[in-house]
Amino acid sequence: MNKLKKISYNCKQATFLIEKKQITKLTFREKIELRIHLAGCSFCRIFERQSILINHLAHQLFSTAQNAEGKLDENVKKELQNRIEKELKK
Amino acid sequence: MQSEKDKSDVQIANSIDPHNWVSKYADYLYTYAISRIDDEELARDLVQETFLAALERMDKFEGRSSENTWLTAILKNKIVDVYRKKSSLSARVTDLLQAEQEQQDFFEPGDGHWKVTHRPRLFGIEDQHPMVNKEFMQILQKCLHRLPGLWLAVFTMKHMEDQPTEAICSELKVTPSNFWVIIHRAKLNLRACLQKNWI
Repeated sequence: MNKLKKISYNCKQATFLIEKKQITKLTFREKIELRIHLAGCSFCRIFERQSILINHLAHQLFSTAQNAEGKLDENVKKELQNRIEKELKK
Repeated sequence: MQSEKDKSDVQIANSIDPHNWVSKYADYLYTYAISRIDDEELARDLVQETFLAALERMDKFEGRSSENTWLTAILKNKIVDVYRKKSSLSARVTDLLQAEQEQQDFFEPGDGHWKVTHRPRLFGIEDQHPMVNKEFMQILQKCLHRLPGLWLAVFTMKHMEDQPTEAICSELKVTPSNFWVIIHRAKLNLRACLQKNWI
């Protein structure tokens, strides 16, 4: 029992479970542990909120970059084209 | 319906025409690369290498996928190589050690509680629409690129590309338990970096 209590109040373990939860399902035991911990730990509650926010923003950052106009320089493209034509003639 | 669509895809895919590669795919491939590695010069090089590798492998193109998909797959492998190289380099330099050190210092060694100096504090933007805040996004980007190479690779592939965990583990050659350790450490560092540079 002492061990379970220890884990339930351990912020290192709780933050780990917060990360795990966002990627995969927690086990029943893990869910309980995390819930107990979060009920009593305001720091980890902030961590969870910010962790979710960071994942969300990172995702946005990535899709914005993905949808951005391609800006490959025209001269670079010409060079590329020449290189390909040269290779094709080999 | 589905099978008809598949058929037409295959028909289109059967053709391969390197003369048109640059005009059709160069911009797309460049954008794909730059969104994953954030280094213009390297991204340009990777696009070139992708075309050259594709030329060499043209006879192996089976037309099962489209030209675009095929070229993107080649580029993707090259990007993973960059991630791997970065991670093996950074494993040797101090940033990994330093990042690990910092992470260990987040919690009290005895009971695993947050150390007083590392306790999470509110950013103050949790309730805003965050994309509005350009400055915050810039700091996030900076913090991302301060992560050790392997951590950045794992984080990017999981949270930005939504790849399955098993695929990430096999591509980056990390064990599942290592994967979870990296995911945890990367987030702790990223969040701490934001707190340090934003508040």
